[in-house]
Amino acid sequence: MSYQGKFRVWRGDDSGGALEDFTVEVNEGEVVLDIIHRLQATQAPDLAVRWNCKAGKCGSCSAEINGRPRLLCMTRMSTFTEGETITVTPMRTFPIIRDLVTDVSFNYTKAREVPSFAPPKDLAPGEYRMQQVDVERSQEFRKCIECFLCQNTCHVVRDHEENKEAFSGPRFLMRVAELEMHPLDTADRVDQAQEEHGLGLCNITKCCSEVCPEHIHITDNALIPMKERVADRKYDPIVWLGNKLFKR
Amino acid sequence: MARAEIAARTLRTDRWWLPPLTTFVGLLLISIYAAFRTFQGDYYWVDQYHYLTPMYSPCLTEECLPAASHFGQWFPALPGFLTPPVIIIPFLLGFRITCYYYRKAYYRAAWASPPACAVAEPHSKYTGETRFPLIAQNLHRYFFYAASILLLINIYDAILAFGTGLGLGNIILLANVALLGAYTLSCHSCRHIAGGRLKHFSKHPVRYWMWTQISKLNNRHMQLAWASLIFVCLTDLYVALVASGTISDLRFIN
Repeated sequence: MSYQGKFRVWRGDDSGGALEDFTVEVNEGEVVLDIIHRLQATQAPDLAVRWNCKAGKCGSCSAEINGRPRLLCMTRMSTFTEGETITVTPMRTFPIIRDLVTDVSFNYTKAREVPSFAPPKDLAPGEYRMQQVDVERSQEFRKCIECFLCQNTCHVVRDHEENKEAFSGPRFLMRVAELEMHPLDTADRVDQAQEEHGLGLCNITKCCSEVCPEHIHITDNALIPMKERVADRKYDPIVWLGNKLFKR
Repeated sequence: MARAEIAARTLRTDRWWLPPLTTFVGLLLISIYAAFRTFQGDYYWVDQYHYLTPMYSPCLTEECLPAASHFGQWFPALPGFLTPPVIIIPFLLGFRITCYYYRKAYYRAAWASPPACAVAEPHSKYTGETRFPLIAQNLHRYFFYAASILLLINIYDAILAFGTGLGLGNIILLANVALLGAYTLSCHSCRHIAGGRLKHFSKHPVRYWMWTQISKLNNRHMQLAWASLIFVCLTDLYVALVASGTISDLRFIN
């Protein structure tokens, strides 16, 4: 079963660009990335697209399909009707390089700002002992494939470029949560989350969780627990009063 | 380097505006009903069957009907248009307003921040929950404590109503406290306090068990938030209709 599908693909670079119309053959069982590849092979050989595993595990082919942040390789053509025009655009939050390829180095900068795992000083590598129940919470966050769709969809930076400096985004707040929940991590990450990674900017509208291709409960299991830990530390009037009275 | 030049606010082709619109209309209708019933100041107690609407429980001021004041009348009669619920409503409202689910709901539906995922918000500046008044959302746990006490009082009221027999009103009051209980227990703050704040679950098996059970409920927090909110209104409506004599209670025993 093949048909001629209608596509609108954004083409351009940082000096400008526009949506261009294409008609491309679509076959049964294909995903949007297959169509982009066919477009490259038959009509637009200079079309830029970043991809790698084509199995939803490398996080390279993030883009926006009909305005929704998705992985190109995990979006089945069977989810669209044959008459539908499918729009494929690059991620909006990051600077454009060309066509569907964006510069995601914002995320690498933010990753470097999270202090690494800090085990107890008297514990050598190889001596770590943990129960499964203690680590499984943070193991959920290790499913992240770093596609940065959560970073892209988060309105804190998507709609407000000026917040990029103060806000690390859901992916790296989740990394902070992962380390904070780790039974052997000794670093104090609660104040860091609020003061240095901008946790207070998150208004838990859950778009990060909605777009995550790994279905990680970013908001419920990482961001809200971190907000509660910050509330323990900073917004607990009883603790605040104790600190004021006894200068602890 | 600049972002890709795309002028459209969103390229979404689905009906992304429907969920925020539905939420807005739902919350608006419930707010209007709750405000009307709060300031009506009547039909909150069915003397014959001891049904007390959860919106007036506990009834703590001197204008309360003595039989409906299960915990005494602590405050003098309120002036002007004020009615007994204004004492408890700030706590109930505070619990719902600072709830992590409702925050998502009204930030999207009422403040369009954002209206839906990947749909640009209309505001030029955004400071999130870093400043007053939204920084007060961090007080959610204290409203959780207050709401838990009010829930216990609602449970007491529901049990007390069984003293006169058994009617449909009893079943409704019971279902109401069951839903309110499930919503309150599924709260993110409750989940945190019960065990989420721990780093070593293995050292606290009971709290770990509690956390796992609350986590299951927490997965349904949105559904429980809506179910409990709608059912409180329906419970109140039933009590109001019986109290005003519009309908009679369907009795099974007595």
